[in-house]
Amino acid sequence: MAGLMEDFGNFTHAVVRAIPDSFANEDSRRKKTVEVDLAKAQREHELYIEVLRHQLGLRVLELPADESLPDCAFVEDAAVVCGDTALITRPGSDIRRKETEAVKMVLKEMNLNIVEIDDESATLDGMDVLFTGREFFVGLSERTNQRGAEILADTFKDYAVSVVPVQNGRHLKSFCSMGGPDLIIIGSSEQAQRALKIMKQMSDHRYDKLTVPDDAAANCIYVHLPDKGHTLLHCTPEEFPESAKVFERLKDYLLIPVSNAEKVKVDGALTCCSVLIHKKV
Amino acid sequence: MTTEVVSEAEVKKEPEKADEQPAAPQQDAEQESEQPAAIQDGDTPRTASPQTDRKSKEARGLSRFLPPWLKRQKSQSRTEPSEDHEDKAPMEEQLEAPPPEEVSPQEAERDESHSIGSADTQPAKEEKGEEFPERIGDGKEEEDLLESKAGEKEDEPLKAEAEAEKSSLKPAKKMKTVTCQVTLLDGSLLPCEVEKRAKGIVLFVKVCEHLNLLEKDYFGLCYKDHADQKCWLDPAKEIKRQIRNCPWQFAFSVKFYPPDPSQLTEDITRYLLCLQLRQDIASGRLPCSFVTHSLLGSYTLQAEMGDHDPDACCLDYISEFQFAPSQSKEMEEKVVELYKTHRGMSPAQADAQFLENAKKLSMYGVDLHHAKDSEGVDIMLGVCANGLLIYKDRLRINRFAWPKILKISYKRSNFYIKIRPGEAEQFESSVGFKLPNHRAAKRLWKVCVEHHTFFRLVTPEQPPKARFLTLGSKFRYSGRTQAQTRQASTLIDRPAPHFERCSSKRLSRSLDGVPGLGMDDQAGATSLGRTPGEKNGRDPALELSSDSKSKLRVQGENIYVRHSNLMLEDLDKTQEDVLKHQASISELKRNFMESTPEPQPSQWDKRLTASPATSLRLRAQAAFEEEVPSSSLLSSTVACTTSVPAAEGAIAVGSPPAAAHVAETAEDKQKSDTLEQAEVEIEETVVIKEVRKAPKVEVTVPEVVVTAVTEKEPEKKPGGEAEGRGGEGVTQRGSTSSDSHSESEDEAEYHPQAPSVSVDQIKELPEEEEELEVEAQPLEAEPTAASPCPTTEEQEPALKDEAQNGHPESQSPQGSVEEDEEDEGEPKLNGDASRAETEGFPQVICCSEPPVVKTEMVTISDTFAAQKTEISTLEVPIVHTETKTITYEAAQVDGAGDSEPGMLMTAQTITSESLCTTTTTHITKMLKGGVSETRIEKRIVISGDSDIDHDQALARAIKEAKEQHPDMSVTRVVVHKETEVMEEGKD
Repeated sequence: MAGLMEDFGNFTHAVVRAIPDSFANEDSRRKKTVEVDLAKAQREHELYIEVLRHQLGLRVLELPADESLPDCAFVEDAAVVCGDTALITRPGSDIRRKETEAVKMVLKEMNLNIVEIDDESATLDGMDVLFTGREFFVGLSERTNQRGAEILADTFKDYAVSVVPVQNGRHLKSFCSMGGPDLIIIGSSEQAQRALKIMKQMSDHRYDKLTVPDDAAANCIYVHLPDKGHTLLHCTPEEFPESAKVFERLKDYLLIPVSNAEKVKVDGALTCCSVLIHKKV
Repeated sequence: MTTEVVSEAEVKKEPEKADEQPAAPQQDAEQESEQPAAIQDGDTPRTASPQTDRKSKEARGLSRFLPPWLKRQKSQSRTEPSEDHEDKAPMEEQLEAPPPEEVSPQEAERDESHSIGSADTQPAKEEKGEEFPERIGDGKEEEDLLESKAGEKEDEPLKAEAEAEKSSLKPAKKMKTVTCQVTLLDGSLLPCEVEKRAKGIVLFVKVCEHLNLLEKDYFGLCYKDHADQKCWLDPAKEIKRQIRNCPWQFAFSVKFYPPDPSQLTEDITRYLLCLQLRQDIASGRLPCSFVTHSLLGSYTLQAEMGDHDPDACCLDYISEFQFAPSQSKEMEEKVVELYKTHRGMSPAQADAQFLENAKKLSMYGVDLHHAKDSEGVDIMLGVCANGLLIYKDRLRINRFAWPKILKISYKRSNFYIKIRPGEAEQFESSVGFKLPNHRAAKRLWKVCVEHHTFFRLVTPEQPPKARFLTLGSKFRYSGRTQAQTRQASTLIDRPAPHFERCSSKRLSRSLDGVPGLGMDDQAGATSLGRTPGEKNGRDPALELSSDSKSKLRVQGENIYVRHSNLMLEDLDKTQEDVLKHQASISELKRNFMESTPEPQPSQWDKRLTASPATSLRLRAQAAFEEEVPSSSLLSSTVACTTSVPAAEGAIAVGSPPAAAHVAETAEDKQKSDTLEQAEVEIEETVVIKEVRKAPKVEVTVPEVVVTAVTEKEPEKKPGGEAEGRGGEGVTQRGSTSSDSHSESEDEAEYHPQAPSVSVDQIKELPEEEEELEVEAQPLEAEPTAASPCPTTEEQEPALKDEAQNGHPESQSPQGSVEEDEEDEGEPKLNGDASRAETEGFPQVICCSEPPVVKTEMVTISDTFAAQKTEISTLEVPIVHTETKTITYEAAQVDGAGDSEPGMLMTAQTITSESLCTTTTTHITKMLKGGVSETRIEKRIVISGDSDIDHDQALARAIKEAKEQHPDMSVTRVVVHKETEVMEEGKD
């Protein structure tokens, strides 16, 4: 708790995982008949990792891809890390459950306090967890249920954990993310706005919001760098020209557009592709 | 009902009670301002007693102004007060038919607070609780009458306390004293001698003195009731009546957790807060993560042990501390590890660090109550500085910030909050929760009222006048608000008092297994047998200063959350500003309208974009507040008919038909006036609606038309027709009482009924109501001020209250509805009046049943925030418009009037307006059979918030009329009141 907000956005490590070749194959998650260019996606992912490593200066722990887990690159769903504690999730999708194993191993090696969900009835996707630095919002979605949220609340007792219903097979962070301390970036869709309204009502704290036209563009990665200050990884103008403009309103921010065109086709937002950790020492 | 009776019987059985009961009456007689009412009532059920008392008093007051024949009626009415009460009172009370007995309302309350263990008793208690609310409402009125009393009470701050204390000490020799065992936060036990009849404040002050604590407003004393529930000792009430036959054991604890402990002035205050939090943490009431437990524990060690001593073997003694409900060796190691890093930190610094971390915990300062939602799902309601939090398991599923809450109430074991409608919603919604029992509901309600008052109300600044007009609920937070206590703290000017930090080891252990109740400590502490530490040197001067501060005390009488105030707070507007706004209501409206379309400027947006809309909206809201007051229209028409016999010796002067016509005209005028007002109301309503989506619109536009026609020979006594818009007065009353009720009673249980007690009941029971009204009006009318309405200034304070309290009710959701009401109502009134005249019954009381306009009401109750957004269930609120007309007439006049048409000589109409009053004077001179009759008809329309005492206004009007025309007599008084009542969809 100490220095709670001062630490917000401060990270030292990032856990990522390579995209397997099976990524482009149709898997259960890909109902839309969207053509995913595997090579492109992998290239994107490499660039993404480069940014984490070089521009953000994080120590990147890269896990090898697992061909049996097409979505394994979306490591965010596998763990929620806050402070020294890591909650290993129980993803809502059966076929993704095993993704947590490798993630758990690497987090354990980092000496984090590992908490696992052993309740068979609980499901939790990391993508449904929005940590604002002051509290948690958990999207109750097709992938995350009440019980999963309760376990999250049990794990991080210091913080209020509020639930936000999310429909249409999306995740909470499909349309929002933190853009800085007390700043929520939110999409414009009705669903996004409704979720924001709920979050506002649930919170004792008053957050700023930054509304972007495209929901997908609202998923950004905020990092506070010791030397560069506020830094935001966001969508490229090529993907979402209108939304990209909005970010320019953020003064004193280091803005880093990161291409995510292929991954986003399969709901792979920017935050999905890494677990950021602040490990002291 | 039956249960209640039983309960009382039980009560009587209880030995202690028996003792208490006899005492109570005595007290009342002696000093306690509160009690007198009860005493007077005597026969009437105790619940009703306050009201009755008041009414009777009022009646007397009025009677002075009324002609004898009118008085008769009054007397009739007087007998009826009980009915009135009954009406107002829930059925239960009526059934109760409790003996006058001992139990003063307050006592009853106290009784409530103490629950009886047995199942049977509990229900009874619950009912009592319900009654209690009513009483509260009544109590407010009572207070008005017994201003001095109220003043004492309210002002009661430290001064009063101190005095009381002293007095108690001296006379103590005579009086029986009791030794209270007070468990302090460090676990020590402080024996305190207090007079047996001492109020809670006396004990509290003693404890604070012992602790050398000046910033005492964050703290309180609690005790455990029979059901083992922790209850807060109400400083304003006698201890004995609160704890009843429970042991005189108390725990000193933090009642209001300061959101920012760093703003506390003194270290000793922070220290005490730390002690409380350590208890909270050790007991598990304040959940923490491992890391936080460790960190807080390390600060505890630093504060209590000083710098880490490498030579000492930490882990041994460390394990004697309790850092968490269950702590592992690992945690202790972590604690020590962190402890080492605090080297050099002073105890005060360590405490401050402790608090800085503890305050961020999500459950810091959250008072949890078990409840079930409407579907029977177990949830927890958490009351905190910012509002009400709803938890399911550990998840927050909803949150209602104070500004979002329009009303807090409880009924039996149900707890309700009325929510200000969101941007997209049109109507306010109510959310209901089921508490384990009535007492739990009441406890929760009280906690809510107190927290809201303490944290949200900045300035209690309630001028005495306001107090007079404002009905106070019986229960209210009597201490200072946080703002006040902060202000007062700035005046603290003493060297930091020395105090010893005692190790929390033993204390912690004693808390083992005790779930977070401060009371729990007692046992442990007792066993420890620690003696209280010596008093720290205290500075008498300090005491004085604190006394002076005490004046600042807020008298929180808001059952309804004062949104207006809240809004004001946000705006940082002074009341004057508000008033100014009032001046330009229309403008405000416009602004409001403009701002409305925009989604509520979210505060979130503010940072990024300063949105002008926000300010607009706020303004609108402020305006809203202002407007609210006016929403309730009080129109009183006083028609004075003076029949001047042309020739002396003319015995009977018949009121010419013309007079009737005149009256009608006057009425028409009134109507027009009313209409205008109505329009105003509508506007207001609109604003209100938007701002506050108050479903309950109680617009009472009672017209009181008092026509007294007396024919006098020699002196030519003019007959005065006083038409008081008692209706409004009544309405206000109703609303006022309802407000108060709503706060206390309504919330308690009566709300549906209580709000418009008189009105509603009237509708339902026309006859009874009639009587009631008659009584009520005369009784209530007290003062003689020329202006029926209180001065605007006075009103405004009242308005605020009203706005908060009554407004929601008074406002009509639909402007059209109101209009309809008025239209219908007035015509009726007129008709009634004329009818009365025509018929010429001696002392005729005509009650016209008001037209009822029903509007739909929308009630949404969602426990889950999410649901709310998705489910837009609108229950259409029902707006009842009630119009009631009461006519008092002199028999003779009527007959005369009918028989002899007469000739119109002159007629003139004078209209004068003040802020809240429109007076229309109609003077007609008729020549009838050689006798010239001057008929003066005054129509007074009083519009204002429920705060206005309509009875008073009526009395004033009558008195004024008499004074202005000493040679005339009052022949007819018609009181017409229109009330618009919005009823909640649910019971």
